[in-house]
Amino acid sequence: MKTTSIMIVGVGGQGTLLASKLLGNVLLGAGYDVKLSEVHGMSQRGGSVVTYVKYGDKVYSPIVDQGEADYILSFEILESARWISYLKEGGVLLTNTQKTWPMPVITGAMEYPEGIVEKLSAMADVTAVDALALAEQAGSAKAVNVVLIGVLSRRMDIPEAAWIKAIEETVPAKFLEMNKKAFQLGRQALDA
Amino acid sequence: MKKLMLGNQAVARGLYEAGCRFVSSYPGTPSTEITEQAALYDEIYAEWAPNEKVAAESAVGASLAGARSFCAMKHVGFNVAADPLFTASYNGVNGGMVVCVADDPGMHSSQNEQDSRHYAIAAKLPMLEPSDSGECAAFVGEAYEISERFDTPVILRTCTRVAHSQSLVELHDRQEKAIRPYEKNPQKNVAAPANAVKRHIEVEKRLVEMQAFAETTPLNRVEMGDTSIGFVTSGTCYLYVKEAFPRASVLKLGMVNPMPVQKIRDFAAKVDRLIVVEELDGVIERHLRANGIRVDGGKDIFGYLGELSQNKLRAAMGEALPKFNTYDEAVPGRPPVMCPGCPHRGLFSVLSKLKLTVLGDIGCYTLGSGAPLNAVDSVLCMGASIGMAHGFTKILGEEAARRSVAVIGDSTFMHSGITGVVNLAYNKSIATVLVLDNSITGMTGHQQNPTTGLTLKNEPTYPIRIEDVCRAMGIERVRVVDPHDMAATEDAIREEIAADAPSVIIVRRPCQLLKYVKAKPPLSIDPDKCKGCRSCMKIGCPAIRFVNKKATIDPTICVGCGLCEQMCKFGAFEGGEKE
Repeated sequence: MKTTSIMIVGVGGQGTLLASKLLGNVLLGAGYDVKLSEVHGMSQRGGSVVTYVKYGDKVYSPIVDQGEADYILSFEILESARWISYLKEGGVLLTNTQKTWPMPVITGAMEYPEGIVEKLSAMADVTAVDALALAEQAGSAKAVNVVLIGVLSRRMDIPEAAWIKAIEETVPAKFLEMNKKAFQLGRQALDA
Repeated sequence: MKKLMLGNQAVARGLYEAGCRFVSSYPGTPSTEITEQAALYDEIYAEWAPNEKVAAESAVGASLAGARSFCAMKHVGFNVAADPLFTASYNGVNGGMVVCVADDPGMHSSQNEQDSRHYAIAAKLPMLEPSDSGECAAFVGEAYEISERFDTPVILRTCTRVAHSQSLVELHDRQEKAIRPYEKNPQKNVAAPANAVKRHIEVEKRLVEMQAFAETTPLNRVEMGDTSIGFVTSGTCYLYVKEAFPRASVLKLGMVNPMPVQKIRDFAAKVDRLIVVEELDGVIERHLRANGIRVDGGKDIFGYLGELSQNKLRAAMGEALPKFNTYDEAVPGRPPVMCPGCPHRGLFSVLSKLKLTVLGDIGCYTLGSGAPLNAVDSVLCMGASIGMAHGFTKILGEEAARRSVAVIGDSTFMHSGITGVVNLAYNKSIATVLVLDNSITGMTGHQQNPTTGLTLKNEPTYPIRIEDVCRAMGIERVRVVDPHDMAATEDAIREEIAADAPSVIIVRRPCQLLKYVKAKPPLSIDPDKCKGCRSCMKIGCPAIRFVNKKATIDPTICVGCGLCEQMCKFGAFEGGEKE
């Protein structure tokens, strides 16, 4: 099987690392060779963050390059614009509509761009969801990551039970029910 | 059993499996998790040392005592540890000793892009370079075998993409290694001239023997394929080669010092074009050229800067790149920023207001250099702020001393700031040092340090007090302020920069991200009272936005620190909680 490439992009502190860990566990459970690549340290602290997840029969490079991602799972809409060049032709962008202002916008040096979803939709297969609202509905704004995993799960050919098993293995017990709910809300978001 | 592991976690697993007993390190991205993970094994004694030099010396001592020992550091940490390691190369080992150095091509979290392979050559130490997590674990075991067989410390070189990528690792049981008996042997272990002259002979002999080993070890592997191109490569670059050119012939070097000659020569003879793929400097390429092996492409097509990738390889080799779309508008950058509630924000707001020359240091507070605070003038290396402030004020005189400060964190102070303060006291400086004590090593992800009262294994220990250390070194003007009280912080700085003596201000408040630091209720802004003056925006808090000419607070990230309220002249801020 050819290698499939997924990028998880967002803002440091949004829980992208837990999402990639969860995804890694799902893919490992499905019997694939899996590689994940993340960057720690200075790149966090509210900066732009990206994690690469790749799977297939045999994965070599741990990173995803421009024009290579089959899926981009984006936690913040400006990050979708930043990383769209990494999506391959025919790739799928799944994005949260949440906006987090970066420092150049806070200081007034730049404007936060408008109409990003519309512009991206003209160039790719885009699904946009308000994951923050769904996470709050599930019980915590922190569950944005699991909501988005739920959205991704609908577009990937992996049984629902495998995702739920991975959530059970990855998430602390006291937050399990809330996260399962967040996952379902994310899955159902595409039906709305 | 196979497990998905971070490269760093796999190095720790390799330590466990190889019977390592002793680990001492100083944190540094991207090497930090090795030591944190090693500490989870009861069989391994693991600690944070105050700096890489002490860590390396401790590992040498543990090796001398007969145990398999280890220390990890980032590339610039090796600069600090270089002194003991260059001579440990002469003394050799008793129990095996492995040093992991993690390079950071692309500088994801570093101040320079130095290539550690030069150290292996200069110190005449063998160096292994794994490509993924599986090799991280396996190469640690190989490194200990080489260390004990050739009587030498061994360097394991990783990079960000190996250290911080996860891939599958085959787990094995621990091989217990008995502590080798210690025997006094001054001819070997006392690095005095008469002994070292003889040891150098052994070092050169060892290099020749290891060179022969490099010719035959399976660490260096030939994968023959299409012979029109042959790649010589190592580490993460091997993976990029396999991704971009899956059918090409490859010579993968797992041992990058010393390198084989005949093996490469034989490989070169079998391929039409020989391409050397390596990040940063042309170390492999130079080795080939020095041995008269033709190179048809290397640094001339790949350059010396940053990380490589499969696309960079394709582009350099004239191959087509995948198609993609780009967003056609300017996308605002998203640089890392101080977190909401960060204790550094209040201090840097004051420094920015006072327009002081700030000699900075390495840590989260390096972020004080970014907009809108723009408060830092210079950053060099761990501990440099104090020495630089000394030289700066000696040259520019009293007036400059009244307008400048050194800024250094608690962990960095313990790492290499102390000797800088000794110099201030000894050489009659009047410089002012601000020690930003946030009660943890922050940037690398919350490691304990000598000031926190806890060890790496979370055991209580003596918390060294920075104020006591400074007084003991002869600094009479030592005081403590809370950076969340900006007025008091400003007063303290004004007084100390005016003083005719060296002074230390300990700017103390724990990191907002520490579990025991609880967020206070978020503040809000009364839009009728907000005059849109943007004073609160000067502190660069990610929780404050300016919408429709008024400031607003994002309640999902505000932690109620109240700094913004201190900036407001119109009493527009509401809620929150006073201490």
